[in-house]
Amino acid sequence: MQGLEQGQRPAGRAPAGDRFEAAARDFRAVLPAGLEFVSLRLVEERSDSWSIRRGVLEPVQLGVDMGGMVTVHEGGGVGYASTSDLSPSGLRAAIDAARGWARRSAGRAVFDFRSVEMPHPTGSYRTPVIEPWDAVPTSEKIALLREIDGMFPVDPRVVEWSASLYAVRTRVRYLTSGGGDVEQELHHLAPDLLVVAHADGQTQKRGASGRGISQQGGWEVIDRVGLRARAARATGEALALLTAPECPSGRMDLLLDPGQMMLQIHESIGHPLELDRILGDERNYAGTSFVTLDMFGSYQYGSPLLNVTFDPTRADEFASYGWDDEGNTAERCHIIKDGLLLRPLGGVISQRRAGIAGVANARASSWNRPPIDRMANLNVEPGDKSFDQLVKMVERGVYMESNTSWSIDDSRNKFQFGCEYARLIEDGELKGVVRNPNYRGISAQFWRSLKGVGDAGTLQVNGTPFCGKGEPNQIIRVGHASPACLFADVDVFGGG
Amino acid sequence: MSDQDSAGFEALVSALSGQLVGAERLYASLNGEATSFVRINHGRIRQPGTVRQSTLSLRLVDGRRHASAELTLSGAADEDLWRGAEALRQLRELLPALPEDPHLLLHDSEAVSVDAVDSALPPAADLVDAALHEAGDADMVGIFAGGEVWRAFGSSLGQRDWFSRGSFTLDWCLVHSADKAVKSTLAGDTFDPGALRVKMAAARQQLAVLSRPARKLSPGSYRAFLSPAAVGEVMGLLSWGSFGARALAAKSSPWNKLEDGELRLDPRVHLVEDCAGGVAPRFGAEGFPVPAQVPLIAGGALVGRLVSPRSAVEFGIPHTGANSNEQPGSLSLAGGGLAPEAALSALGEGVLVGNLWYLNWSDRSVGRFTGMTRFATFWVEGGEIVAPVDVMRFDDSLYSWFGSALEDLTSTPELQLSTDTYFNRSTDSLRLPGALLSGLRFTL
Repeated sequence: MQGLEQGQRPAGRAPAGDRFEAAARDFRAVLPAGLEFVSLRLVEERSDSWSIRRGVLEPVQLGVDMGGMVTVHEGGGVGYASTSDLSPSGLRAAIDAARGWARRSAGRAVFDFRSVEMPHPTGSYRTPVIEPWDAVPTSEKIALLREIDGMFPVDPRVVEWSASLYAVRTRVRYLTSGGGDVEQELHHLAPDLLVVAHADGQTQKRGASGRGISQQGGWEVIDRVGLRARAARATGEALALLTAPECPSGRMDLLLDPGQMMLQIHESIGHPLELDRILGDERNYAGTSFVTLDMFGSYQYGSPLLNVTFDPTRADEFASYGWDDEGNTAERCHIIKDGLLLRPLGGVISQRRAGIAGVANARASSWNRPPIDRMANLNVEPGDKSFDQLVKMVERGVYMESNTSWSIDDSRNKFQFGCEYARLIEDGELKGVVRNPNYRGISAQFWRSLKGVGDAGTLQVNGTPFCGKGEPNQIIRVGHASPACLFADVDVFGGG
Repeated sequence: MSDQDSAGFEALVSALSGQLVGAERLYASLNGEATSFVRINHGRIRQPGTVRQSTLSLRLVDGRRHASAELTLSGAADEDLWRGAEALRQLRELLPALPEDPHLLLHDSEAVSVDAVDSALPPAADLVDAALHEAGDADMVGIFAGGEVWRAFGSSLGQRDWFSRGSFTLDWCLVHSADKAVKSTLAGDTFDPGALRVKMAAARQQLAVLSRPARKLSPGSYRAFLSPAAVGEVMGLLSWGSFGARALAAKSSPWNKLEDGELRLDPRVHLVEDCAGGVAPRFGAEGFPVPAQVPLIAGGALVGRLVSPRSAVEFGIPHTGANSNEQPGSLSLAGGGLAPEAALSALGEGVLVGNLWYLNWSDRSVGRFTGMTRFATFWVEGGEIVAPVDVMRFDDSLYSWFGSALEDLTSTPELQLSTDTYFNRSTDSLRLPGALLSGLRFTL
């Protein structure tokens, strides 16, 4: 503990000035000349986790995660090294380690990394925030959780209830050997709710699909996602499900709310269109895809009503940013237009490997994982039907809300999904509640049965922190904005 | 001083403990690794790299008020001490605003333990070279992950626990085409080139069978043999909200009806959380010792649960040293009477399920679940593999697979080391037999 006066408690040594600024300066100072491509991606995430369960405030958890990843392209090879030691010697060691891997993989890599022109962007991006999380007093955070806890009525059939807030402020600095220098500051808020009711051997729950209502922004997200309104109706709906009949079985129309559409888009459009899956990178873990490179530009993915956009520029959505983690500029573009498949979800390197245009979606979960192709914000564009008009289109069917179960094959084709809550639709009218609603289908056929798309009035912006993929494994944030959508002739069934 | 050895951890926790004020107490846990990851696709290198990370979690307690902070350590002693002190300052500011915690339970101990095992692994790049060489011209895809992991716990009362291991996992597929592939895993704290050769040769043999025309099955019930890896996927599903005291109390476990006696499992089913037989540390993130074994299901009946310290206070029952989410980490299912080499002849005609994939609940309260077959799954006739099977979706019941449809379990459960690398390399494991079923219900 050098430098401390006698008798003083050891308090360590504070880094001088801004840690990112110092690391950026040191990176440029220690960067060897003449390298083909080197990047440094610095990430700092500050997180707060607050929750209340059965009236008791759970342990509060704060977090600061900080480190950097150096990536090197050299001699046709590639290598990376992650380190939390952002000192000049730490950065130098990381560059050396990444170069070592690049040399070792040269001539044996999946393609010649000299053939890809990496971006060297400059600029900055910041989530628009009205009321920063850090500016909200602790007492107000606790008061909100207690307020929501108090909205779950006392009923002996309610056996579990909770609410939580998970806030993450992410700062990313991306530098390249070609002068690239980008700073991004992203503010995320992931609220959650859960009510579990039980009676006569039946258990039912209502909530927010495991933080499925996450958005970017500050404290204002609480109102934007209607957290209080969701809490107010959760208990009544869970209790209603307890005594409801099972969801009917058979082929029928299926109307999905935006909460379940999030899952449907994610699993059966997002993942199969990720270019690294199509290129085979994920075959040992997350899986492959039924989509092949020759389908882009000619394959009818869905009915003509299906329009899907990749949109990391929508400021309130959970996976928005200005540049991806390979420095590619984020832009909104159509992935599927009028049902026709146009382009995959692949970043700069995957695009070069596949010889096809993609999007800015090479993303890493943090400083300790390399970027891979992730879907980010993937949205279904609104159509022209109000919710009532969609219901009126149904002679016999089911309306389902809020995902609770998801399973799909490794080619992203045969799926089975379950929801928390459902109501019958008969002769164009919403009828009674039914429980344990499930449906199954095949992606390649399901989207072609899309027969009604809700208008902007039915649209919700949803998102989740929990998309898992990659080797080494990564969990990342995704966003899915969607209207309610109506599908024809779906295999629906209940529980038991 | 380094965070990567017990002396460095001792110095850091002692220094931070010295900064406590009044009746404050400090509980610290450490989770770190220095890992080489090499990703492979088409028998070539996709993403090779190195990750060194170490995360310190500090819990500051004052009376019954407490809060925690996680921070990344830089590896530089002075800076890490400053980071820790800064975290303590933030927690100290926060505590007065928090209510007292009625469920707080702390492990007040001065015990010291060190469980450090060095490894003699070859350099990661050499091991990957050996794997690519053995794969030859086969389409190999997967990942090597190897290096040291360390876990530690310490408190201002003097408790110190240290655990470190050097180990590796090589988790790969040889792919025939599309989704037809053979999955293999080689793992341990030493590298045996002969074992790699044997595994790769076995995979190549199965690959040859995958080249036969695939059998398309219609929905319906089929006799089936689940490999230990397939049974492992079921245990993976059960790891979430099934065995915990909180899940059972919230009537959200598929075992609630087993607990109530409404549904039954086969009396040959014996399931244990077997820390002694696994590879995980014998202390939890909150410093409590983890028992050698926690029986969960015995004779087909639910006999135990995983209880965190918080649940112990809330429900007034003894804790089992479980982590806060009450997940198992070392499940062990007892073997049965079926010799593994006799599994196919016992199956006769049916489906050999090499792997399952993406399991989830159709109706959790009755143990009804769904999922897919994956990788090397074959149609068997006369006890011989005849053809690969196109992937099928099942929708069935735990109470069938481990109850009415269970014909037998293989006699020698296999140890499966986790290849999970979410956030950090896992120290979880499973020890499981294969399972012969009289019926498995395919739906799509």
